[in-house]
Amino acid sequence: MAILSADFTLPLRAFALELSLAVEGTVALVGPSGAGKTSVLHVVAGLAHAARGRVALGGDVWLDTARGVRRRPEERSVGLVFQEYALFPHLSVRGNVAYAGRGRVDELLQRFRLDHLADARPRALSGGERQRVALARALARDPAVLLLDEPLAALDAHTRTEVRSELSELLRELRLPTLLVTHDYEDAAALAGEVGVLVEGRLRQLAPPAELVARPRDAFVASLTGANLLRGNAAGARELTEVVLTTGERLYSTDEARGEVGVVVYPWEIALAREPAVDSALNVVRGDVGAVVELGNRVRVRVGPVTAEVTAASAARLELARGGVAYATFKATGTRLVPL
Amino acid sequence: MRRALTAALVFAAAFVALAFLFVPVLAIFVHVTPGRLVAQLSNPLVGDAVVVSLETTVVAQVLILALGTPAAYLLASRRFRGRALLVTLVELPLVLPPAVAGIGLIAAFGRYGLLGSPLRAAGLTIGFTQAAVVLAVALVSSPLYVRQAIATFEAVDENMVAASRTLGAGPAKTFFRVVLPLARGGLAAGEALAFARGLGEFGATIMFAGSLQGVTQTLPLAIYAEFDQTNGFDVALAMSALLVLVSAALLVSLKVTPRWQSSRPTSRFLFARSLSS
Repeated sequence: MAILSADFTLPLRAFALELSLAVEGTVALVGPSGAGKTSVLHVVAGLAHAARGRVALGGDVWLDTARGVRRRPEERSVGLVFQEYALFPHLSVRGNVAYAGRGRVDELLQRFRLDHLADARPRALSGGERQRVALARALARDPAVLLLDEPLAALDAHTRTEVRSELSELLRELRLPTLLVTHDYEDAAALAGEVGVLVEGRLRQLAPPAELVARPRDAFVASLTGANLLRGNAAGARELTEVVLTTGERLYSTDEARGEVGVVVYPWEIALAREPAVDSALNVVRGDVGAVVELGNRVRVRVGPVTAEVTAASAARLELARGGVAYATFKATGTRLVPL
Repeated sequence: MRRALTAALVFAAAFVALAFLFVPVLAIFVHVTPGRLVAQLSNPLVGDAVVVSLETTVVAQVLILALGTPAAYLLASRRFRGRALLVTLVELPLVLPPAVAGIGLIAAFGRYGLLGSPLRAAGLTIGFTQAAVVLAVALVSSPLYVRQAIATFEAVDENMVAASRTLGAGPAKTFFRVVLPLARGGLAAGEALAFARGLGEFGATIMFAGSLQGVTQTLPLAIYAEFDQTNGFDVALAMSALLVLVSAALLVSLKVTPRWQSSRPTSRFLFARSLSS
């Protein structure tokens, strides 16, 4: 598999998008809306003109401002799936897929379970079907690179999980360098081997999902990946770092830091109890039980300033649904300290 | 009591307004019996005028479509300095008095005009020929098409264009296979308006092309030539009835042209966005 490399500067309205990226396998860029995610795809596809930079697939140079190389979109081997899919409304499903070339149309219609919809117009399709047409259309050209712009955002929550696992399987089969952008960290982590956090045009951190969770570089990355973030002031105390939270509570971490910090702790590192427990966990946060959200066999519970994830059985045993006071405990080794 | 009076006044005003708009059209059809009206159509003068009108309008509209469409697409898809000024210039002939358009054409393409002299040197005379009628019709009716086309092209989703490009289509294929099909409803509406306006062209034509039967005498010019002649009024009525029917047909076709997209309807506004915004 060739490597897609992109290194460019694109001035946007409020800031400049500056990025250096090598894509092998699937890379997801995740960030808030307006971070410049779509523009990254547009620069790679040749739809936006970078002020400076180089985009190449292996030795095939698509853009090199220093040497005056600027290939047009139709001369770059990309398959781009647009956010709202941008299907041609005046063409049938077959017409859309055949737009790039008739060679593989039947094969693609079959592969994406669209044969029975071949003559339908896009407006008659469901969100999931539209997404499959968009994928089939993008692949009809046999692209060397796949670009996906919020591939799951236009779907309702119900179809989303299903489509996500289908897409994940498809990406594994295709073995194409794939760059996808999404505002949803869970989608990114489920689909990509590497996830980049993009904020205001800059990459804050680029790492495999497990690494992002284990070692978030800053508070933004931590909250994006679903961690609890507690603000406080760190000072050394024997082997551990003691953090005095803005609320007055004291927490301990095995990480080293001084001054203003964020204490990062993931929901699944937190245990809940009704009574203050005497165990090895050093950190205890007392609070009122707030929202209780079921996620399959797990339950997310808000206790004071933190969100904990426990099994549905534990939640039932602790009668969390009735509210009241609870104690959230977590180990010092389960925390990370990040600069604020 | 007072409320009832207001309502009555509103209804009366509406009745007068609608009647005023409708009566002249109705009068054309009822002034003489239908049989007599149809009989007038066999007058050779009518046949000549129909042929001249058809020939010149068709040629003018083909020119407008062939030249106006690319011009409108360029103005809609490019951003450059002076674009707003250019769009305004395109729309100027719409508000120009026909007599001014006629003088302008004479000053430009007439025998001693700006471009008329070099054309004459090349052996081409335009004034008082069918070419003159075509120019007059094109000048007054093309802005209607072009500005509707600009608004229509501007309303085409740019992601459609981008999608086409990433699917390997160059600008030309993108234009013909994506932009044009998506814009065709709006373009047809603009063309119908331009066609109707061109068919009715009078002032600029009579000044620049004259009113020679079988050469430059279009239906409106023939109506004007006949209406005060002995026995001419019925002929003028018949030709008027013909034009009413054609105009009505155009209007209906305008209203029933298919709407393409549900999410982003092709703009049907008479005024180009670039002017009103």
